[in-house]
Amino acid sequence: MEDAVVTPSPPALELERVVKSFGPVVALRSGSLTMRRGSIHALVGENGAGKSTLVKIVAGLYRRDSGELRLEGESVDFTSTSQSKAAGIAVIYQEPTLFPDLTVTENIFMGRQPTDRIGRIDRRAMRAEALEIFERLGVAINPDRVVEGLSIADQQLIEIAKAISLDARVMIMDEPTAALSGFEVERLFAVARSLRDEDRALLFISHRFDEVFELCDTVTVMRDGSYIDTLPIDETSVDELVSLMVGRDVTEMYPKLPADVGDVVLEVEGLTRTGVFRDISFSVRAGEIVGLAGLVGAGRSEVARAVFGVDRYEAGSVRLHGRPLPGGNPRLSTARGVALVPEDRRKQGLVLDDGVSRNITLSIRSRLAKWGLLWSGLENEAAKVWASRLEVKTAALDAEAGTLSGGNQQKLVLGKWLATEPKLLIVDEPTRGIDVGTKAEVHRLISTLAQQGIAILMISSELPEVLGMADRVLVMREGSLTAEFSRDEATPENVMRAATVAQEVSR
Amino acid sequence: MTATGAAPARTYRNHARPAWRRALLNREAAIIAILVIVYVVSLAVVPNFSGPLTITYLLRDVAPILLIALPMTLIIVTEEIDLSVASVVGLSSVLTGLLTQAGVPFLWAAVVAVLAGALAGVLNGFLVTVVGLPSLAVTIGTLALFRGIAVGLLGTTAITEFPEEWTSFARSNIPGTPVPTIMVAFAVLAVVFAVVLHFTPFGRALFAIGLNKEAAAFSGIDVGRSKFLLFVASGAVSAFAGVYFTLLYSNARGDNAMGLELQIIAAVLLGGVSIFGGRGAMHGVIAGVLLIGTLGSALRLANVTSDIINVITGLLLVFSVISSSLLAWVHDRRAAAIGRRRGVSAPSSRTP
Repeated sequence: MEDAVVTPSPPALELERVVKSFGPVVALRSGSLTMRRGSIHALVGENGAGKSTLVKIVAGLYRRDSGELRLEGESVDFTSTSQSKAAGIAVIYQEPTLFPDLTVTENIFMGRQPTDRIGRIDRRAMRAEALEIFERLGVAINPDRVVEGLSIADQQLIEIAKAISLDARVMIMDEPTAALSGFEVERLFAVARSLRDEDRALLFISHRFDEVFELCDTVTVMRDGSYIDTLPIDETSVDELVSLMVGRDVTEMYPKLPADVGDVVLEVEGLTRTGVFRDISFSVRAGEIVGLAGLVGAGRSEVARAVFGVDRYEAGSVRLHGRPLPGGNPRLSTARGVALVPEDRRKQGLVLDDGVSRNITLSIRSRLAKWGLLWSGLENEAAKVWASRLEVKTAALDAEAGTLSGGNQQKLVLGKWLATEPKLLIVDEPTRGIDVGTKAEVHRLISTLAQQGIAILMISSELPEVLGMADRVLVMREGSLTAEFSRDEATPENVMRAATVAQEVSR
Repeated sequence: MTATGAAPARTYRNHARPAWRRALLNREAAIIAILVIVYVVSLAVVPNFSGPLTITYLLRDVAPILLIALPMTLIIVTEEIDLSVASVVGLSSVLTGLLTQAGVPFLWAAVVAVLAGALAGVLNGFLVTVVGLPSLAVTIGTLALFRGIAVGLLGTTAITEFPEEWTSFARSNIPGTPVPTIMVAFAVLAVVFAVVLHFTPFGRALFAIGLNKEAAAFSGIDVGRSKFLLFVASGAVSAFAGVYFTLLYSNARGDNAMGLELQIIAAVLLGGVSIFGGRGAMHGVIAGVLLIGTLGSALRLANVTSDIINVITGLLLVFSVISSSLLAWVHDRRAAAIGRRRGVSAPSSRTP
């Protein structure tokens, strides 16, 4: 926190009661936001609070249904991203969208290369401007190299350079730090501050409060698609922001129940897949919740998929209750009592266009059949049991899974796998993109399952979730297991360090 | 195990829509209705259509399409396609003819032909599921390959000598009815395929594959193996249709059933199976085949030329494809409109 005194300046961008719905689903109920020049504004809210929808409306990806969008006081209506770019708005996404085979310079000037008198692309002018921008930002990126192989952090800086060369007055960064290491975050913040000092308006979306308090001067909170409040950063606290975001206290967020830890259920030894993960060894006991932490792309989901058999591995072994579990056969894994709740419920977890009850019974369809035959009555009977245990909210059992809310979809995936009566439950990002109430329910469920003696391997990118739920925490970084902590040893600092900082380990 | 403690048990309705709407407002019911209308109108308007001979000839002619449409439906439900079926008919016809000519008992010739068809399906299935090529490309290739082999084996000649008892059996009717005997075989196969598709775990897997391959794989479904089996079934049934075709016209030629694959696929799509996979029902497909057959037969009797008949079936198909897209579009628009009204005037009181 360096400059606490923000002189009032005309709003660079203003949103007032903006509404956007997709079919019957209201994504943005009432979005309001005021961004000023020379200010870094934080936008916080739970997943599904409407932040991304709001950003996409500003970026011209979506058109609002109603409400006001004003740029420098003038009402605007973008029907395409090129219009919003031309108006001086730049959006930097978590995953940059660059052309990997083109050079850094070519990417910065894609679609609007400067030309000389006879209409040829003026490479010299392009390169000179790219160099000047990088110098201003104080970063060392070779403008002549191809983008392929650059880190996410460097790619984001290229997007920022692009925005600067476009002279964007309004810059929006949507969770830019999610995949960055500590050093890279610091460098990004230095760049953000210099952009602020150039009198630009910045919006910073993040789930990490320490970053919000370090970088921003104002914060707007959203909840359930609506604007809640805007506060100067030095007049608020983490606790206040959390309660504004959640709308109630979060004491019951991580209801960890005591469970008897029993025999070893899963033993993984030396699991390796070239270029993805290497030499992974760990075990999970009955009744134990083992958290698997790390950054996005560290190879955690890939390990889970290899254990379950959706992907293959090249070396190593998986043993279940002491018996070897052959790889590459999810059907066998399921029969032997392994269940995987995958990270992407819409693509991997559910058949969105199929009904609720068919989804719940998909993995147990052979078990359910009588004389080899299967009909809706049998499916509905089984589905009812699991839907009501997990309190799935749905219009009917034949309603398409895609019509359910994110939280209910996640319950559906959980129900589908609990129906297989697993001994080992692997959950990958079990609460991503679901509302707070359901999140607590999912945590309670996982805790209860552990208490009943199921071995649980929980992959999560949310540190509080891992720390709040796990008996033991494993940390992965760039395909390797880098640390293991007991529940008492696992602090945010320890885990983050193991997940981000390269150690002098011999390969 | 009670997962979430003492919660009041929720009750669930089985269906979102009342039974009559589910039964009547769908693609299959619409096609059946159109079939009935076309049939009744033809009875009234087209001279000679009402005779029992019409039914006999109509069913004889559509029998190969009906047969091959069964496995084709399952294949399209998994979002694949088999364009080589008509070439397999040709190949099977030539094999049956050559073997019979060489003195092999007819039944054995037919069995060999069906096995050869299954083998052709193995090749398709191998290229699609093991090598991982798109079925559209693979079966365009094998369409040419199998046809080439068929024509290569027999040249431009035809074999027309077949055991009398078999040819007359192929042309016989179920005693006391105008319905051809082949319909017994079709009925048995139709029941088998319909039950497999709609009432077995394997059938559920096929729909899941067609709607979301990845989720199917995550649910322990062996996507490759399932598709492989379908291609083999498609080859075998096509070859069986080829044997029937040969007997019916006492004619084994390399170019038999040329272009039949497009009629089969058209009928399957008309019957309500989605070309994008995951949607369709067997009764709709059967109605679709019969609709195209009835329309063709009625128009021929009314002395309409085959060019015009092609134009009409083509239009029917285009319209049926458009109509489902159109319905989906109207549905989306309505849902969006409802959403907008709710969003502005009545914010739902969902607990945060």
